[in-house]
Amino acid sequence: MNDALGDPQSVLVLGGTSEIALATVLALPRNRLRRVVLAGRPSPARDAAVTLLSGAGIAGVSAIDFEARSTSEHAALVNEVFDAGDIDVVLLAFGVLGSQDEGEANPDLAVEVATTNYTGAVSVGLRVAARLKDQGHGSLVVFSSVAGDRARRSNFIYGSTKAGLDAFAQGLGDALHGSGAHVLVVRPGMVRTKMTTGLPEAPMTTDPDVVAKIVVAGLRRGKNTVYAPGPLRFVMTALKTLPRPVFRRLSQ
Amino acid sequence: MSNQSPLRLGEGEQLLTGWGRTCPSLAKVVPVSTVEQVQQCIKESGPRGVLARGLGRSYGDAAQSGGACVLDLKVMSTIALNASTGNVRVGAGASIHDLLLATVPAGFFVPVTAGTRQVTVGGAIAADIHGKNHHVEGSFGNHVSEIQLVDGRGETQSLTPDDPVTRERFWATVGGMGLTGVMTEATFKMLPITSSMMSVDTERCADLDDVMSRMIERDSQYRYSVAWIDSVAATGRGVLTRGDHATADQLPAAKRATALDYGPKALASAPGLIPGGLLNKLTIRAFNEAWFRKAPKFEQGALQPISEFFHPLDFVQDWNRVYGPGGFVQYQFVVPDGAAEIIGIALRKLQSVGAPSFLTVLKRFGAANPAPLSFPQPGWTLAADVPAGIPGLATALDELDELVAAAGGRLYLAKDSRQSPEMFARTYPLLSKWRQTRDELDPTGVFTSDLARRLAL
Repeated sequence: MNDALGDPQSVLVLGGTSEIALATVLALPRNRLRRVVLAGRPSPARDAAVTLLSGAGIAGVSAIDFEARSTSEHAALVNEVFDAGDIDVVLLAFGVLGSQDEGEANPDLAVEVATTNYTGAVSVGLRVAARLKDQGHGSLVVFSSVAGDRARRSNFIYGSTKAGLDAFAQGLGDALHGSGAHVLVVRPGMVRTKMTTGLPEAPMTTDPDVVAKIVVAGLRRGKNTVYAPGPLRFVMTALKTLPRPVFRRLSQ
Repeated sequence: MSNQSPLRLGEGEQLLTGWGRTCPSLAKVVPVSTVEQVQQCIKESGPRGVLARGLGRSYGDAAQSGGACVLDLKVMSTIALNASTGNVRVGAGASIHDLLLATVPAGFFVPVTAGTRQVTVGGAIAADIHGKNHHVEGSFGNHVSEIQLVDGRGETQSLTPDDPVTRERFWATVGGMGLTGVMTEATFKMLPITSSMMSVDTERCADLDDVMSRMIERDSQYRYSVAWIDSVAATGRGVLTRGDHATADQLPAAKRATALDYGPKALASAPGLIPGGLLNKLTIRAFNEAWFRKAPKFEQGALQPISEFFHPLDFVQDWNRVYGPGGFVQYQFVVPDGAAEIIGIALRKLQSVGAPSFLTVLKRFGAANPAPLSFPQPGWTLAADVPAGIPGLATALDELDELVAAAGGRLYLAKDSRQSPEMFARTYPLLSKWRQTRDELDPTGVFTSDLARRLAL
């Protein structure tokens, strides 16, 4: 159960090696956490994530196998996790960036990005939402991206998956309104993680810790949408109003 | 597979919170009017279980249970008073308010009342509530002679504290936060009175030491005693009010004929929408100043109606809304006499995080009863309201928890909404004994609540 000050006792991370998600878990009050489940592919990175959280003094950290594209396995996974006890916060944090150029050259690669980022999220997101509604409380945090706010020439394959995910998450939040369960949509700008290593830094690029603090504050206040960093909200609002030809030139 | 969306609200499903209005959860609320209906709900309970809820006056998550079937026993409220013995048999859904309306004109008062009369008899036993008379007469459970309980198998049990077979179950239910079963009826002894007025002595005290020494010196001479503390003033000044029921002879001659008339009123209702920032240090300072000044410096034998003396919280309906949409927590702890300094430390700590409190109340407790989860134990208890959104509050309260636990004290479950399971287990040493009895009454874990889940009860 969340306590009255908004601090959770149990967390499920879908995409258990996500640096932003791990930073978010670390930003929660550690003395209240009793169960953290990291769902992801078996890998040294997942083992390292378990070690990282346990080493930080968090009790009850475990890992479970999860593959975003294997949607037929999602129901069993979600049931297994929720049958073992209530989950206060679910972080839906998996996703791949892919390469725009390679995706244009080989559409099968683009489909993989879409399947992971959007289809996988719809599949697991609906199942998680049903269990949160059943238990009558809990938050689903969906990591979207400002890339979904407006499609850019340079990464519209990724951007369109995030646009779909974002719209899905907003609708899900409305569906759950008044049910005790709640959806928080997080729209980070560029974040310095392994996903963006080697890419040129965009303005307002930030770190996982900063995103994590914004997510935790958003959860406490019951927000529906947060940008990270916060002022990106205004930047994106402005960008969305630009005429297409101007935006096209800006986003080459 | 059904085509009905699992995300849509089902029949009777609604969000429930405690009085502090934090942490809502969704449950199916089912009104019940007979013992058979209670039994049926328990026998047909789903994986999320069953919980009885009274008037929702516990501050935290005790009377809510996400996904569960929450029973509303409001109509199970019959009151049968035996005026020759003073025993009353009451439906668990009856409120103390209902009970006083029925019994004060007949010359009887409840053995124990909280600061509000909007609690049910079932809730009063489940939380083992205490009042201003704890130092002499103990908590609510001390006065109960029988509880009718529907257990986890859906069977009715009659529990009394004298029968060696039911004794443990009786005391596990007193203070058991509704987790041993659904109480449907209770019998307890009322206090005979000859008037509906109180005879009250009031003293303004210069600082916290002054309040505490006066309480130590003369509390034993009064049936009722409580101190209000100015949580904003650095000195911890306060107002001590103590008294007893006035006898009919103490009333002016003209009032003696109607000595038992009783007509409590709520004067005002807090507006529905209150912006978050309304309660701030300035408004709370002003309130505390006014509350201190309104009390006479020294007054003896003043006559006050029952409701004014006992139920100041009931003068503004829905006063819990004044803390705004973020809700609030009430921090109430008890520490033994030897650790009295923690009272001052706690007040300063709440001041230091800028957690202003309206109604900060200090009281001395007498002996504990045998209930494993009952809160009162001999010593000092302090209760303070604080808005939930204050930065640094979580850490400050965790630090206070540590001091309270180290001193042999503990927190009150009916107020708690944020302590950790470790803190609870450490400070209620009879928890494992309680669990054994609870498991006898509810072997399959039908009864649960958000509080039970949070504290891993």
